Amino acid sequence: MMEVQNVTKSYGETIVVNNVSLPIEKGKMTACIGPNGAGKSTLLEMVSRLIPQDTGHIYIDGNEVKTWKKGDFAKRLSVLKQTNQMNVRLTVRELVSFGRFPYTKGRLNQHCHEVIDSSLEYLGLLDLQTRYIDTLSGGQLQRAMIAMVLCQDTDYILLDEPLNNLDMSYGVQMMKTLRRLVDELGKTVITVVHDINFAASYADNIVAMKEGRLFASGPVDEMITKPVLDDLYDMDVKIIESNGTKYCLYYTN
Amino acid sequence: MEGSKIENRKPFNWIMIALLIVFTVVSIFTGVNDLSIRNVFSLTDTQRLILLTTRLPRTISLILAGSTLAISGLLMQQLTQNKFVSPTTAGTLASARLGIVTAIIFFSHSSLTQKTVLAFIFSLIGTFTFILFVRSVKIKNAVMIPLVGLMFGNIVNSLSTYLAVQYEVVQNTSSWLQGNFSLISSTNYQLLFLSVPLLFLIYLLAYYFTIMGLGKDVSIELGVPYGLLELAGVTIVALATSAIILTVGSIPFVGIVVPNLISLKKGDHFGKILFPTAGFGALFLLVTDVLSRTLIFPYEIPISVVIGVVGSVLFLYLLLRGESK
Repeated sequence: MMEVQNVTKSYGETIVVNNVSLPIEKGKMTACIGPNGAGKSTLLEMVSRLIPQDTGHIYIDGNEVKTWKKGDFAKRLSVLKQTNQMNVRLTVRELVSFGRFPYTKGRLNQHCHEVIDSSLEYLGLLDLQTRYIDTLSGGQLQRAMIAMVLCQDTDYILLDEPLNNLDMSYGVQMMKTLRRLVDELGKTVITVVHDINFAASYADNIVAMKEGRLFASGPVDEMITKPVLDDLYDMDVKIIESNGTKYCLYYTN
Repeated sequence: MEGSKIENRKPFNWIMIALLIVFTVVSIFTGVNDLSIRNVFSLTDTQRLILLTTRLPRTISLILAGSTLAISGLLMQQLTQNKFVSPTTAGTLASARLGIVTAIIFFSHSSLTQKTVLAFIFSLIGTFTFILFVRSVKIKNAVMIPLVGLMFGNIVNSLSTYLAVQYEVVQNTSSWLQGNFSLISSTNYQLLFLSVPLLFLIYLLAYYFTIMGLGKDVSIELGVPYGLLELAGVTIVALATSAIILTVGSIPFVGIVVPNLISLKKGDHFGKILFPTAGFGALFLLVTDVLSRTLIFPYEIPISVVIGVVGSVLFLYLLLRGESK
């Protein structure tokens, strides 16, 4: 269980995240949606301790995030920010093996190699493991980064727009993989998603942010409704249902 | 697959070690005075003196300086996530020189310790200024950053020159401008041994530095104390650079060219390329030094001139290659 309480962050005069409080359910996939500049990524960075919040508290399993030791925290929560092109000549396997750092500080043991192998397999990267990451396509690199995060073997996995650079087919694959992390491995996945239909199709809960504030949050069914989305995006969003899943149509409005 | 990769790695390292041994020997037995490897077991007193007071110290300092310069460059590249940053292109070298000029001006009979301390402090400040700059500008254009670093270095250099002219110590300071191994003797190269513990420290922290090469966010996410290690890395580089500039002068390009060539061949896993980079750096200096001693034999071209020519060609090649990617 993760709990965000009255968290605020501002840069100079601009308040980026304004007094946000929300609980995040354990063992579920939570998608964070909202217009550009809503403060989604900043909130994610504060939860994952990459930047400190100005005020407020963030608790993970009852302990305040700030009080964790660096090494212990990295065993509980992993985060993947938007990946741009990585200009580093490392092999996929080397990259993924860095995920074991919090446990072994670089001295990989037998167990580490097993975890690395299974992470590579999970993301279908076994054939690519000796390739240099600067030769990978955007989608392959994205998968390699996720494999590293998976290798870190944490309860909580935070992702900032993991679908960036991915085409439709890889996007679907990625969301399915995240779904499996939740369903098969019991992970808690929190992800910023821009494509609302991916959130509607795969997430359990949705957190919507707008202009730095928490706009609304709840289970997918309650969130993917016309009143909520119209207000959130200031658009006329049409919602249709097909095979029990809701889809939003907004392309021509 | 993994196994075959390890096998591939071996010949490269063995070739390097073999070349290192060959050129170490060539380096020891190159020079104006007659000293041949054939009579190494029947040396006259003069020959023994030459061997012990100039030839061996020179070769040892070439190896130490070469490996330290290459590793310093590699470390800077790792810390800034930029392939073209090195003590030469980050203002470290220029700042160290300013430190020496300051020492000469303010302590009229400045001791080596005073020079070392001031060179170290100045290079530390200079390098951090550069790193803070790199961090605050969001342009991550691979070529822009080292160019800005070179400009920064030139500004610092012009300040040194201005001070040197004002206080009439130009001749004193110009000797720090050109790298030169011809003045090395058994009495004046001990400061270089400072690099041995520094290199060992880098080796101990290698895995941390490897992860830092992936950027600040990934490092923090994995629980690496980024700020602390950045401080440690820059301190090591500043100390090593100060030791080198005070002993042999400034030697450009090695810190960029050597790590980049090794990385082309063997990737960027800091821990895994540490030894090849050190070895190749030493080899690079040994070869260029032999060239500088033999090209206009019996005279000598300063090694920094030879490296300037060889290095700038390789540097341009790497820059253009980086651009086209």
